[in-house]
Amino acid sequence: MGLRRAVADRLLPGLVAAMALLAALAMAGAVAAAAMSARWEGGAAAAMMVQLPTTTPPGPAAELLAALPGVAEAIPLDRERLAALLRPWLGDAAGLPLPGMIELRLSRLGSGAEALPAAILAAIPGARVEAHGIWVARLSALARSLQALAWLVLGLVAGVAAAMVAVATRAGIAARRATITILHDMGATDGAIARRFAARIGWLAGAGGLLGAALAAPLLWLLGGLAAPLLGEALAMPWLGLATLPMVAGGIAWATAHATVRLWLRHLP
Amino acid sequence: MVRLEDVTLRYRPDAGAALSGLSCDFPAGSFTWLMGPSGAGKSSLLKMLQLAVRPSSGRLDILGTSIQTARRSDLPGLRRRIGVVFQDFRLLPHLDVLENVALPLRIAGRAERQLLADATEMLRWVGLGERMKHRPEALSGGEQQRVALARAVVARPALLLADEPTSNLDEQQARRVVALLREMHRLGSTVIVATHNEQLALEHSAPALRLAAGRLVPHG
Repeated sequence: MGLRRAVADRLLPGLVAAMALLAALAMAGAVAAAAMSARWEGGAAAAMMVQLPTTTPPGPAAELLAALPGVAEAIPLDRERLAALLRPWLGDAAGLPLPGMIELRLSRLGSGAEALPAAILAAIPGARVEAHGIWVARLSALARSLQALAWLVLGLVAGVAAAMVAVATRAGIAARRATITILHDMGATDGAIARRFAARIGWLAGAGGLLGAALAAPLLWLLGGLAAPLLGEALAMPWLGLATLPMVAGGIAWATAHATVRLWLRHLP
Repeated sequence: MVRLEDVTLRYRPDAGAALSGLSCDFPAGSFTWLMGPSGAGKSSLLKMLQLAVRPSSGRLDILGTSIQTARRSDLPGLRRRIGVVFQDFRLLPHLDVLENVALPLRIAGRAERQLLADATEMLRWVGLGERMKHRPEALSGGEQQRVALARAVVARPALLLADEPTSNLDEQQARRVVALLREMHRLGSTVIVATHNEQLALEHSAPALRLAAGRLVPHG
């Protein structure tokens, strides 16, 4: 059909490569945000720690705190757990006098949580409140939002790539309009004509996807290294997703080109 | 074979009729000249017969299929049984002569080995066996028209349409093309040839339909 000259041989793979690179980065962003959210969620489970004055017994204090609005659970920490928490800083604290500590789990992390420290102090004068869990939980929520955003970007990239392929296909159709009309008049089916276009454009997009994935691989490796200190372990990058990117790009392009050509052919009798 | 009953064709609903109230038959195995001056509607009629446009009203039957009621998906199969020779050849410039002639067979899904043999044979039939690997642009107008004819008949169409096939050719080339069309008729195809060349029609006696301003002109 002479599509070699009709469809932009270099422009389309170049544009698809750029889209594939963006898609790979979005995938990596989603994976990193998911890992951070999971890690921070663990830390946020205990939303607040309350250190009791030495004269306050933990049992009745826990009952008092559990009755406060917004508190789901108040758990007094036993001596072994406290010792385990302090061990990284103080070593074995077996001989030290330890204060009574209560872990508060909140029913929700809304704006009401900010008023809780004042309510705790009113209920137990002299108590000390550590509300780092709220901050961590918000970070976790932010990470989840970033993850959702990354998936949205991935969808957007796929949509833009499909639109780009549709434009390239229409340009190809315009350049080979006479040929397509002749084939149609000779009895070629819409499907046969569309498959020829789609095969060519699918290949070009697949090649672009491969180039984009190849460019993204070292970037993902670097990003994984940068995220590792925040996670405490190496970030598992979406290598499988990256490997399938050329096929996905080719598939999206094939389907888009096929649909575009078939739609255009509907104008012919 | 081909039957028209009160057929009218408008290219747009608000445009004037390119063809008005045509009623005629083209029997199976016939050879018919379609005569008339430029703008009479010959090309419009041939376009309609090759299914490039559908009639706006009336009844049109081609090779046993009613075009009004046929689904769009039925038409490619019907088109493959119709060969067309265009005034401007309409060869594909990026394919060589052999590939151009093989195209209808490829569209029909014929096996690769067989289709190249058939296309080669057809090019020899039109006297272009030595020029199979040339691009169309390297051929003269007469040679291009013979390639177009070979392409139109290679799949042995039941209906062969030719739109002013000799208008761009010198007298000798024109006679050769008409002889090939008559040969296809002799081999069993129904042939309809549009021309405004009265002399050509006189030299090759056959029934003629005359068109003027999109209408059939009565005999006499």
